[in-house]
Amino acid sequence: MIVVGAGIVGAACAVELQSRGRQVLLVDRLYPGAGVTAAGMGHLVALDETEDELDLCLLSLKHWDAYLRDKGGLAEHSRCGTLWVAEDEDQMAHAAARAEKLARKGWQASQLTGAQVAAAEPSLRGGLAGGVLVSADGVVYPPAVARDLAMQLLAMGGRTMFGAAVRAIGDRCIELDSGQRIDTGDVVLAAGNGVPQLLPDMPVFPRKGHLAITDRYPGRLSHQVVSMGYGQTAAGSDALAVAANVQPRPTGQWLIGSCRQDGIENTDPDPRVLAAVLRSAIALLPCLAEMRILRSWTGMRPATPDGRPIIGRHPARAGTWLAAGHEGLGVTTAFGTAQLLADLMSGRPPALATDLYSPSRFIHDPA
Amino acid sequence: MIQPDSSCAVTVNGISVRVPPGASVAAALVAAGTLCTRRSVTGQMRFAFCGIGQCQECRVSIDGQPHRLACRTSCKEGMHIVTGGEG
Repeated sequence: MIVVGAGIVGAACAVELQSRGRQVLLVDRLYPGAGVTAAGMGHLVALDETEDELDLCLLSLKHWDAYLRDKGGLAEHSRCGTLWVAEDEDQMAHAAARAEKLARKGWQASQLTGAQVAAAEPSLRGGLAGGVLVSADGVVYPPAVARDLAMQLLAMGGRTMFGAAVRAIGDRCIELDSGQRIDTGDVVLAAGNGVPQLLPDMPVFPRKGHLAITDRYPGRLSHQVVSMGYGQTAAGSDALAVAANVQPRPTGQWLIGSCRQDGIENTDPDPRVLAAVLRSAIALLPCLAEMRILRSWTGMRPATPDGRPIIGRHPARAGTWLAAGHEGLGVTTAFGTAQLLADLMSGRPPALATDLYSPSRFIHDPA
Repeated sequence: MIQPDSSCAVTVNGISVRVPPGASVAAALVAAGTLCTRRSVTGQMRFAFCGIGQCQECRVSIDGQPHRLACRTSCKEGMHIVTGGEG
């Protein structure tokens, strides 16, 4: 069988399927982690916008714990935790609800007062209402993980083909740009924003984000600091949505996001958007204004109209499966996605309800 | 014009050295016997390499400001230079 797309989601699926006895060929137009996987922040985070989102995150985070037990250095892992910062009483109410919800699911989260937030992260501006500290969250460098997973696949007897763009998916076969046709059993499409080109009925679309990284300033930031305003804009909204999100890298650098923009095709950094991202981060962490930015770039999160990933069997095409559309959570949820997909492909009852993720929700049944 | 007999005093990691006015911070480091400007991510010692502000290896902290280029900064009376940071 073939997995198309060696981003973190495709690479995780390939390893999971190979470990269950399938013979996997992992194909990518570039190399592992070269696309969206390399553009993101690499935040391992329990997001709780919906109950099912939280369940998928927690399922995956357990796999991450197992993976990182002996790969922490390779993945540039740091368990810095997420400090969700509430600027006013309204956000504080949301923070309290988040702390309660995560703690109930066994993912340690403590509610902090304004004074506790200031003590936890002295670089934050004064006068914050409080926040939530999710201490088990962490950060990784995702392309290194995608590469490692591709190596694992090879070590397990799987195969890879990189630098090979897929131009069509046929009936239990794929066709490369080179004209080569490869016959196979199942095809798993994990090509992110490349999905609609191969399967036009799958509405994955790019949601643009801007990021910047500073020089090294060790010791100034201990937690990933995220505004409670993060993720509050409804899926499908065209407007620019900005929420401060600042991450300490193990090198002492600060990785700064984040924003969302729909309907923009070019990947060039836009100085006005980048300025808005930096302003929102400086508003929380004033010392950032004095720091040096080394580089800025953009990424195109593969989003779906209902904000949920697409995981499962294509209802109208034999042997075609999907694992795509994870938007900003592909890194966090890669391993859980791989587990659910492999369960579905082997006919086992999946660990979580998967109807919500089924590709068939986007296809009008002709019958 | 630089007066050959004039000099200014700076400190390098707390050690006081005198250099001609207008001398680069990199020169002051040499005068102080400090041949490490910064530490790389893996802990390697680095020093001024290109001398023209391109390689960024000579970053030091000057008067509490990190990431100043030693090769592109002139010494001024009373400057405090700190090296060996994870810059």
